[in-house]
Amino acid sequence: MSKARNSLTRTSLVHLALIGYAIISVFPVFLTIINSMKARNAIFRNPMQLPTPETFDLVGYTTVLGQGDFVNYFQNSFIVTVVSIALVLLFGAMAAFALSEYRFRGNTLMGLYLAIGIMIPIRLGTVAILQGMVATGLVNTLTALILVYTAQGIPLAVFILSEFMRTVSDDLKNAGRIDGLSEYSIFFRLVLPLVRPAMATVAVFTMIPIWNDLWFPLILAPSEATKTVTLGSQIFIGQFVTNWNAVLAALSLAIFPVLVLYLVFSRQLIRGITSGAVK
Amino acid sequence: MGSLQLKSVRKSFGSVDVLKGIDLDVKDGEFVIFVGPSGCGKSTLLRIIAGLDDATSGSITIDGAEVVSVPPAKRGIAMVFQSYALYPHLSVKDNMGLGLKQAGTPKAEIDKRIDRASAMLSLEKYLARRPAELSGGQRQRVAIGRAIVREPKLFLFDEPLSNLDAALRVNTRLEIARLHRELKATMIYVTHDQVEAMTLADKIVVLDAGVVQQVGSPMELYNRPANLFVAGFIGSPGMNFIDAARLGVADARTVGVRPEHLSLSREAGEWQGKVVHVEHLGADTIVYLESDKVGTITARLFGEHHYEPGETIFATPAEGQTHRFDENGHAIR
Repeated sequence: MSKARNSLTRTSLVHLALIGYAIISVFPVFLTIINSMKARNAIFRNPMQLPTPETFDLVGYTTVLGQGDFVNYFQNSFIVTVVSIALVLLFGAMAAFALSEYRFRGNTLMGLYLAIGIMIPIRLGTVAILQGMVATGLVNTLTALILVYTAQGIPLAVFILSEFMRTVSDDLKNAGRIDGLSEYSIFFRLVLPLVRPAMATVAVFTMIPIWNDLWFPLILAPSEATKTVTLGSQIFIGQFVTNWNAVLAALSLAIFPVLVLYLVFSRQLIRGITSGAVK
Repeated sequence: MGSLQLKSVRKSFGSVDVLKGIDLDVKDGEFVIFVGPSGCGKSTLLRIIAGLDDATSGSITIDGAEVVSVPPAKRGIAMVFQSYALYPHLSVKDNMGLGLKQAGTPKAEIDKRIDRASAMLSLEKYLARRPAELSGGQRQRVAIGRAIVREPKLFLFDEPLSNLDAALRVNTRLEIARLHRELKATMIYVTHDQVEAMTLADKIVVLDAGVVQQVGSPMELYNRPANLFVAGFIGSPGMNFIDAARLGVADARTVGVRPEHLSLSREAGEWQGKVVHVEHLGADTIVYLESDKVGTITARLFGEHHYEPGETIFATPAEGQTHRFDENGHAIR
């Protein structure tokens, strides 16, 4: 019998390591949230302390919600993130299907071309992107951000999804062809449901950098109407004075929408994994 | 219902010729089996008939109509795959109905056909289940059911029993034979298992290296193999091949004798040899002999026989049951 596999010490060591890692990961988030609910003095005097009745103060939240148009900023961030993810998943999956399913001249070359997109940071092209956006009159629109983020997300999506699509059985697709499904139906009705866990992974990977990005909102859409949350929070960070209450409150608020999106996708992820396991 | 003609069908992948000109005529209602070793092109040929692969050249006609440029769904075929290939997210009923729904068949007609097919395959209880909730044998029956409801001109089976365990394989084999009798449909079936081929087929097509080696009924192939390949491939254990020169046969290169056409005796016989190994299968006893005159040969005896390794015995081929082959491997008749 393999006693080592379920020995108590082994299990506890594994759990200890995982718990330790979880604490390290969650600690900054925890610190942000507790300090967002404290008075300014308390933040600096005792940053590790939980809010007590004396130090509890929601001034950060009132500032954030009172000053600037934060509801609008949230809405902007949300629209940009959700639309970008949708486009990345749609076009990424379609390209991945084409690359993995059809043999055509230049298939490998096209795959490589897309892989280069993963290696070269899109920010290197900022000047050209800005010029392009100015020329097309897209500066200070959410469309500009959505286009850039879609371009940024597609290479990784194609890379991950095409690997997964190769694992979908050929027989299944052929059965669909014999049953008279069009290539589009085969893609949407047979292949996509089967690679759903991979889609969820891609969605999570794509979502976080978009939500957190400061660079492109600052350059392409800094107007009041198109500011995202990350950019909006910057008004509280000054060269000489920083309103930490407000910054921490804005960041705490910014966590929740992305958390909700993550939960939505991770449920898909887990469902996909278990449905495969009990096949 | 459906006939099929292939005329010099060729298929190359790059510079590799997988099929080197296949001609075949399948009559209405025939059960034809493609059999051959791995890589002989039998599955590729089936996929070309189905329209899932394009032939490099050649013509394919189903029921007299040229189908080379017709998509799979419009060829009037149905296919059963080795891996079942059921749609994992659809119920058994929807799996069977999808093709008809796609073709715009009225719902009442679809239901009627599904009812009939599921009764034939005793699947009524499982119609609401997903494929993941079925056993391997049930999944294969659903796959067959999906083919039946389409009422195709041509049934194509791609090694449908390979993923089943031995007992289930026999049952499903009987089931397929029964379906063929009931439906009287034309069926084309690919397998590498010669037992399936011998038991199911009206006509066997033996393929090797992309070439049809022989076409004939199971007994024709067994009794009158056209060449060394067919002689060795059909029958188990395989035919004994003996260099003709060692037997003093002048007008042939190789002489073949099936193991079941050898009789053994301790006293006298044509070829003297030493027993190397004995396998007891209950119904059969397989004896391996090492003989100075003819090399290593295999004899299959019916029932139980007791020979010890090291024993010297004599083997005699049955009268009129030897096959002769020329230097190119072709049978001499």
